[in-house]
Amino acid sequence: MAFYDSIFDSLGLKEWCGADAKGGPMTMAELLTRSKGTQAEETSAWNVPFPSLDELHASCNAIPRTRDMTSGVEQFFLDIKSSLQFVLDPLTQPLSWLLDGSIWMFVSIPWWLLIALTLVAVQFITRSKSATLLVAFTWLFMAFIDHYTYAVQTMAIIFVCTGLSVLLGVPVGIAMSKNDRLQKAVIPVLDMLQTLPSFVYLIPLIFLFSVTESKLYGIAIILYAIVPVIRLTDLGIRLVDQDIIEAANAFGMSARQKLLSVELPLALPNIMAGVNQTIMMSLAMVVIASLVSAPGLGVLVLRGINNLELGVGLVSGFCIVILAILLDRVSKATLARVDVSQQN
Amino acid sequence: MTANVKVSIKNLYKIFGSDPKSALVHAKNGIEKAELLEQHGHVLGLKDINIDIKDGEITVIMGLSGSGKSTLIRHFNRLIEPTDGQILIDGVDVMTLSDNDLRKLRQQGMSMVFQKFALLPHKTVLENAGTALRVRGESSENADQEGRKWLDRVGLAGFEDHYPHQLSGGMQQRVGIARALTSNSAVMLMDEAFSALDPLIRTDMQDLLLELQKELHKTIIFISHDLDEALKLADHLVILKDGEVVQQGEPQHILLNPSDPYIEDFVSDINRARVLRVRSVMRPLSDSTAAHAGTVDYNDTLEDVISHSDGDTSKVYLVKNGSEAVGTICMKDLVRALVPRAPSEDGVRGQVNAA
Repeated sequence: MAFYDSIFDSLGLKEWCGADAKGGPMTMAELLTRSKGTQAEETSAWNVPFPSLDELHASCNAIPRTRDMTSGVEQFFLDIKSSLQFVLDPLTQPLSWLLDGSIWMFVSIPWWLLIALTLVAVQFITRSKSATLLVAFTWLFMAFIDHYTYAVQTMAIIFVCTGLSVLLGVPVGIAMSKNDRLQKAVIPVLDMLQTLPSFVYLIPLIFLFSVTESKLYGIAIILYAIVPVIRLTDLGIRLVDQDIIEAANAFGMSARQKLLSVELPLALPNIMAGVNQTIMMSLAMVVIASLVSAPGLGVLVLRGINNLELGVGLVSGFCIVILAILLDRVSKATLARVDVSQQN
Repeated sequence: MTANVKVSIKNLYKIFGSDPKSALVHAKNGIEKAELLEQHGHVLGLKDINIDIKDGEITVIMGLSGSGKSTLIRHFNRLIEPTDGQILIDGVDVMTLSDNDLRKLRQQGMSMVFQKFALLPHKTVLENAGTALRVRGESSENADQEGRKWLDRVGLAGFEDHYPHQLSGGMQQRVGIARALTSNSAVMLMDEAFSALDPLIRTDMQDLLLELQKELHKTIIFISHDLDEALKLADHLVILKDGEVVQQGEPQHILLNPSDPYIEDFVSDINRARVLRVRSVMRPLSDSTAAHAGTVDYNDTLEDVISHSDGDTSKVYLVKNGSEAVGTICMKDLVRALVPRAPSEDGVRGQVNAA
């Protein structure tokens, strides 16, 4: 006799509930009770069980158990898997090519050429000697301790994912800033993407794609890192001085002219702050994505955890930190340059 | 003056709120601003405005903050949509224009100068000055050439490659004026263009505007909360209060014949000697051979005459318009004109004192 039997009896639902006999596997609690050989204790007001799915099922077979629910979710995913795959697989295939291609390219360029190229690019973009020096020091240090290839792989992934995040995120941000209803609809999605523990959204992706494919971690990183660039593009455009927008209107600018020659340039410092955040978040995610076969420094961290190779894990962790500092400094130096040319 | 009417506003209403159309009925029935807000939750922005703006004149719309003057000026180029009424520019109702035609009007027919300058901070002074031409799609050489010409004209030659934040407020507003002039539009809207500037620079800018106007004869609609400025610039003065026109006409006329205690209060504070002109106080010529102490010009201010007379109130001057004698002015009349009618106790000031 389960606790809620009487309730179903009094409601006259006994027939709907079906036979008393329980089908299917037992719950852990049932198994424990049985193995202990003890009878269910007398229930008093003090230990009334919460009417959960499992508890109600004990009284009424027609009510599903919690494990039925979770397996239902699983079944749902399995059912839609093939059709989702049919749509998403070809759509996301270029991402795999892009990631594999850029990793291959970055790794196969000789080390002295790649280092020289990055230094020239950093100097050109930031015009900051200290940022360039920092990059030089970091590259040489990593190469010296034989972490160069891993670091280059990580950088290649960040490069591709950040690029795509900006490419997708900025238009979404612009659309949000122009349409209040869209903004209201998108913000909860962004909130969810940002708060969902990063491991959790690897799960549906593992279902959909094979773990050996690069697009799996590519999608995970982009979903995680795209949020700030969308948010700050939206915010940046909304924060553009209304007086200046009014002047643009008064001179008869079309929506396109306004966007390209007023709103985007004035929102650029905010958008760049978003790009900075996006870079940092893709670095955070690329480490976790080593769980799903993303190459790079994260693999070493994972090896350190799995094999209890303390030194390997700590050194590669340290490399990730200096990589983060490098990316942050370089993108902030770029931001500062953008800012200086348009102070109010 | 017999200038043509360039811009005309007829029966213009603007009501802010969730359902302006239904509130409009009440407004047309003559409900007061406060009542409309209390009973129907709508703000009466502008009420039954009728203004004719003549070609080539400076029309100053003046009122205190909250009187609706900035709302009104934004109706001329439809930055704000009216609730009801007509805005005619060269006889064409702006309300009937398509989006495209409206943009054309804003690009070519009207330019605007803003209180807070509203220059593009990421563009150089020269690029800012050429904004209007660039928006129209003209070549950048052409825009730069025109921009340079007008920057030179407003006294900013040599600053072309600076950014707006590197200039002082007065210089930034000169860029704003150059930007409006470069568009070469017939109508210029100036929304409290000089209010954010220091008094000395403001005077400079007013002189600059008058000097430019002498050559260009644009139709200028100028918004101001400063009566001295309004009287200095205006050919036609419109005084707004709580969204209604209280009085409009020639500034001298308003000054000498305020129609309303509100305006009496307003005009009682200003330096009348500097604003009033001989032509407003003189008597028509009756006997050109009568004895006079000298001649003064038709358009001289009373201040000029006082300094001329050395303070002697017994003198009589002959008034000339060009070389033709048109009247006489005796110092007694002049001094009398300097004393305003006593501000009434139930005017704005009386209320403030009581409160």
